[in-house]
Amino acid sequence: MAGPIEQFEIKDIIPIQIGSLDLSFTNSSLFMVLAVGVVTLLMTLSMRGHLLVPNRLQSVSELMYEFVANMVKENVGREGRPYFPFVFTLFMFILFGNMLGMVPYSFTFTSHIIVTFGLAAMVFLGVTILGFAKHGTHFLSLFVPEGAPKALLPLIILIEVISYLSRPVSLSIRLFANMMAGHTMLKVFAGFTVTMGSAGLIGVLGSVAPLAINVALTGFEFLVAFLQAYVFALLTCLYINDAIHLH
Amino acid sequence: MWERGKPISQPEGNDPLNDLDRKLREAREPEKKRRVSVRPAGSDNRASSMAFRVGSELVSALLVGVGIGWLLDEWLGTKPWLMVVFFFLGSAAGIYNVYRAVNGMSMTPGMGRTSDPDNDDGSSS
Repeated sequence: MAGPIEQFEIKDIIPIQIGSLDLSFTNSSLFMVLAVGVVTLLMTLSMRGHLLVPNRLQSVSELMYEFVANMVKENVGREGRPYFPFVFTLFMFILFGNMLGMVPYSFTFTSHIIVTFGLAAMVFLGVTILGFAKHGTHFLSLFVPEGAPKALLPLIILIEVISYLSRPVSLSIRLFANMMAGHTMLKVFAGFTVTMGSAGLIGVLGSVAPLAINVALTGFEFLVAFLQAYVFALLTCLYINDAIHLH
Repeated sequence: MWERGKPISQPEGNDPLNDLDRKLREAREPEKKRRVSVRPAGSDNRASSMAFRVGSELVSALLVGVGIGWLLDEWLGTKPWLMVVFFFLGSAAGIYNVYRAVNGMSMTPGMGRTSDPDNDDGSSS
């Protein structure tokens, strides 16, 4: 039986080697392409009808659109509208990455820190560039708290810079750790069920307990999958808000 | 949303555009109220996700601090010392982050600053 960590293994599907770079198309890449494909299909197919009274599929995509649009509006305000496409794309990509990972035998690309860190670094760089583009060097005043004693300023600025640099790290760790811990836990309890079930009649009776926990955990994982996509998008909104409304 | 299907050519008032404008403003009014009231709870305040968020804030600032210290040590050849200093700075930044996350200040660097006027009703709850 496969161990709890084996589900995260990267496997080459189409090996591509360019120079010393390993650019193979892996199972991780496959599921990223799948996520993009499913989102694109869902959005285009559901909106094909342009119905005034939406059918089921159209109301799904309208619901998602309005959910993210409200999130951007509430957290950034009207100035945030140019950044809605970015936040929406990010949210849908992560949400479908998490949700596709819930399909048995699939691969969860958001359970790899390099993927989530790539996304978080993109947000971080984008927001920093946005802040400098909007405010110029005035953006650096973000690191100087109001009303701090002058003598403490060097220390405080240093701490603020570390705090600012920790944003992409905490953003990526949160998503990756949640997804990896959840999927590992599912596998561990599934392993319990199988091991106990193969140990005679009492074992079969006893294996009902980890099975029940696994059912509950599966539901919980769906919640986490949505919640983490939401948190990622929400924090992106808050960071954009910081960069736009400096003071 | 106003009803898109309804023709706006019915001359109820003098100017149909003014009428539409008024209707739009009326429709947006409750949303504005909702926005103000929803905002403090808008960030995730579920206990478990809050706990996880606090933990990741603490750890990530520490990691960044230690990482900066280690890189500076490598660069300047002052092997353990800058890493020790930045370990403490990173801890401070982590606790600072946690403080801000818990207070609902949306992790803005700059303690106690409200980023826009309608935010200051929520930070006390």
